[in-house]
Amino acid sequence: MNTATLARDDAPVRFYELDEHPHPEGHSTMLGFWIYLMSDCLIFAILFACYAVLGGNFAAGPGPRDLFDLDLIALNTAMLLFSSITYGFAMLSMQRNRLRQTQIWLGVTGLFGLAFLSIELYEFQHLIHVGATPQRSAFLSAFFTLVGTHGLHVTFGLVWLVTLIVQLGRHGLIAANRRRVACLSMFWHFLDVVWIGVFTLVYLMGMLR
Amino acid sequence: MTPPPLPATDPIWGRLSLNAIPLHEPILIATFGAVVLGGLVMLALITKYRLWGWLWREWFTTVDHKKIGIMYMILGLVMFLRGFADAIMMRLQQAMAFGGSEGYLNAHHYDQIFTAHGVIMIFFVAMPFITGLMNYIVPLQIGARDVSFPFLNNFSFWMTTAGAVLVMVSLFVGEFAQTGWLAYPPLSGIAYSPNVGVDYYIWALQIAGVGTTLSGINLIVTILKLRAPGMGLMKMPVFTWTSLCANILIVASFPVLTAVLALLGLDRYAGTNFFTNDFGGSPMMYVNLIWIWGHPEVYILILPLFGVFSEVTSTFSGKRLFGYTSMVYATVCITILSYLVWLHHFFTMGSGASVNSFFGITTMVISIPTGAKLFNWLFTMYRGRIRFDLPMMWTIAFMLTFVVGGMTGVLLAVPPADFVLHNSLFLIAHFHNVIIGGVLFGLFAAINYWWPKAFGFKLDVFWGKVSFWCWVVGFWLAFMPLYILGLMGVTRRMRVFDDPSLQIWFVVAGIGAAIIAVGILAMLIQFAVSIWKRDQLRETSGDPWNGRTLEWATSSPPPDYNFAFTPVIHDLDAWHDMKRRGAERPLTGFRDIHMPSNTGAGIILAGISTVLGFALIWHIWWLAGLSLISLIGGAIVHSFNYKRDFHIPAATVAEVEDKRTRQLSAAGA
Amino acid sequence: MSHDHHAVEIPHASMRDYAIGFVLSVILTAIPFWLVMEKPFAAGVTAAIIMAFAVVQIVVHMIYFLHMTPRAEGGWSMTALVFTIIVVLIMLAGSLWVMHHLNTNMMPMPHDVRQIP
Repeated sequence: MNTATLARDDAPVRFYELDEHPHPEGHSTMLGFWIYLMSDCLIFAILFACYAVLGGNFAAGPGPRDLFDLDLIALNTAMLLFSSITYGFAMLSMQRNRLRQTQIWLGVTGLFGLAFLSIELYEFQHLIHVGATPQRSAFLSAFFTLVGTHGLHVTFGLVWLVTLIVQLGRHGLIAANRRRVACLSMFWHFLDVVWIGVFTLVYLMGMLR
Repeated sequence: MTPPPLPATDPIWGRLSLNAIPLHEPILIATFGAVVLGGLVMLALITKYRLWGWLWREWFTTVDHKKIGIMYMILGLVMFLRGFADAIMMRLQQAMAFGGSEGYLNAHHYDQIFTAHGVIMIFFVAMPFITGLMNYIVPLQIGARDVSFPFLNNFSFWMTTAGAVLVMVSLFVGEFAQTGWLAYPPLSGIAYSPNVGVDYYIWALQIAGVGTTLSGINLIVTILKLRAPGMGLMKMPVFTWTSLCANILIVASFPVLTAVLALLGLDRYAGTNFFTNDFGGSPMMYVNLIWIWGHPEVYILILPLFGVFSEVTSTFSGKRLFGYTSMVYATVCITILSYLVWLHHFFTMGSGASVNSFFGITTMVISIPTGAKLFNWLFTMYRGRIRFDLPMMWTIAFMLTFVVGGMTGVLLAVPPADFVLHNSLFLIAHFHNVIIGGVLFGLFAAINYWWPKAFGFKLDVFWGKVSFWCWVVGFWLAFMPLYILGLMGVTRRMRVFDDPSLQIWFVVAGIGAAIIAVGILAMLIQFAVSIWKRDQLRETSGDPWNGRTLEWATSSPPPDYNFAFTPVIHDLDAWHDMKRRGAERPLTGFRDIHMPSNTGAGIILAGISTVLGFALIWHIWWLAGLSLISLIGGAIVHSFNYKRDFHIPAATVAEVEDKRTRQLSAAGA
Repeated sequence: MSHDHHAVEIPHASMRDYAIGFVLSVILTAIPFWLVMEKPFAAGVTAAIIMAFAVVQIVVHMIYFLHMTPRAEGGWSMTALVFTIIVVLIMLAGSLWVMHHLNTNMMPMPHDVRQIP
């Protein structure tokens, strides 16, 4: 609002919006969801802080070098990275209004996500099998919690993904569904960003310790 | 007396058994009886007057920010009575337990009381009060029709309530934590607190924390996205500014609490070693992390009230707020600085001179913007036509009281002084000085100020003044002795004392607490009398105090849609500007108004969360699994509902607005 | 490019963005893994490099996958992100600093470094 035009008190001023266009439905959703992701980021920050502070406390138990298998982690990272690009393809299909294609790419993303989770579960199962349980040391508590929380987020993302594919099938590419696909896209890529922190700080730095 | 050990986990009942009912505590049984009786009477009355349908349709499922705001205030008030009951029990115990007397509370009960008092007052009194206030006022002040995510708002409220319900249940089923309000490990670890108390604590706060975080996100987005045209950031009312900053702090600190409590929970449930004494765990890490949340929390509580004081001072001095810009910058400074001071809560932990100096200095720095605010209020009053109505009285009481609390705070910020005073009653006196003098006095100012807006009639002045004087006098009597005792070295959370020379101070403090009790009673009478005499106190103009901000531009109480036409803002004090320049309220040309629909999903999901929390506390695993699945399933089912809004037809709007026009002309406005 | 008139603007993405983002990510992931697996440098050097790569990769993801721009949502997304980064850095650096000093000042030296509690 330009205050210069209001310098004179008797200038005609509009005090009410008489011809009003309501805010489009869901106009705040993307920003709101982004702020939610930022708050989620802080949860991860605390888990990272715990790992950073407690990660060296092995309590005479096994350390990263005894436990981590980098080949497996590389494979896992690849799965997540592939799922990111396939989600990108889903977004592009949505932009072109191709419902079927969008659903297929979302499905492919889900499969990569599932592969990621399976590998992670296999890794956890292996660690527990060799006695490196979360109860063994503060290092392992912090490790399992940080990586597990990320895994839990991926699981939640998968549930959402399946729900969304069904909803797309029911209602097609309506505005509400487009918004949901875009939100899940942010969620999925955000998890990828967190994973960069995990593989760098936990696995790679762990092997250097 | 410690309750009998818990039975081994039963597949159906978990740890729950009849032993969990505290039959050996006559105080609890009497309370339980009273609550059950009162509850039954209330349920009978609701049934008799057939209010269930009305309650469900108009209140429980509402997505109207105004009704949700009022429900938050009611929740805060109910929990305030519980928290104060705890306080007065502590005062009585400490005044009695001298010269070999054990007082009337056993250690197990007393430890629960001081824990519950802190937890309830912060999480279930102060937080609902400020959230309710922000919910009610912010959309009105920015000229919006509702918040950005109305369903989420309803859900947030019920999640907060779910947490409060769990705390209340702990009174009669099992026990509450005996650890102090922040539940430091190793005391709160499974080794030293094997019973359900800490689990109640964890799950109550986790569930309420979800609500708090979501409502924080909601209000931030509302303020960023829904401001009326013309309202640039530097034309926002100060209360909206402080609310924005408080909500930023909520969103950027409550996740920390969630994470820390989750880790404590893992230690207790899964046997991990984050905060244990062995296997590499570090209890100090818990202290460090929880205060990263804890210090911003302090500012979450006080910032919105700084906004209230600004609005009240400016309105009742009949002047524009002095130094609006500096007020905004001071608020933003406090927001950022509040992340740089957390270590002053544990100077004595032993991080050494360099760390302590850094945090001591940052703590003292934070008093500068706060001081700037105080001068702004004083200069606003200077040469103003001050009207000493109740909101202004509370504001002046705040200024006098809060300054003392602030100065003792700066004293505690000096690390060497803190080594003497930490964990003493001096600290207790300090933070009650700022929380009562700042947060509570601010809430009372706000309630007296905005009550006419919410209900269409003013609050009774006589009982308001009785309450005011009882509170102010009672506060000083109750807490000044604690400063003295703290300087003499008396530590907090003591149940019995040996030195008889201390008793007189505790007796004085007890008398102070009793006077505060009269103040609370007077306030309840004030509400009752005002409702009773509402026709005499009726206020039809919508603007009883000659207000300056937009919430006074609409009727009292505002219609569902707040504003028939969205106002256009040209000046900081938008409503004052509109009155000054004779803005005409449009009387024709109404349109359909797009509004969100009510939904029962919020209360249902929160109800399931309560069951989930209860099942987890008592290790009833089948129920926990079942409720977790229904929680996720319920959320998914809700996401299949795409019809979430409706239109208020123009005819209805015209009807409501015509009624207001007649009301205004009858009042001669 | 919104097809529904009432729809909210969803950040526009292109094949090019995703392709660039993907290729960069693959490179930025592969090099750190290779460095740690093959150990061509001293541990300290490797650590510094992989940390730098992680930061760059996070930026790449932000730009090409999350479509972060200073203009999105009137600049509020970026503001929120910057604020979060500041808070995260304060928490991480602060916790490490506080806990490190605490450990130095308060803990007796252990016999075996791997047993630092």
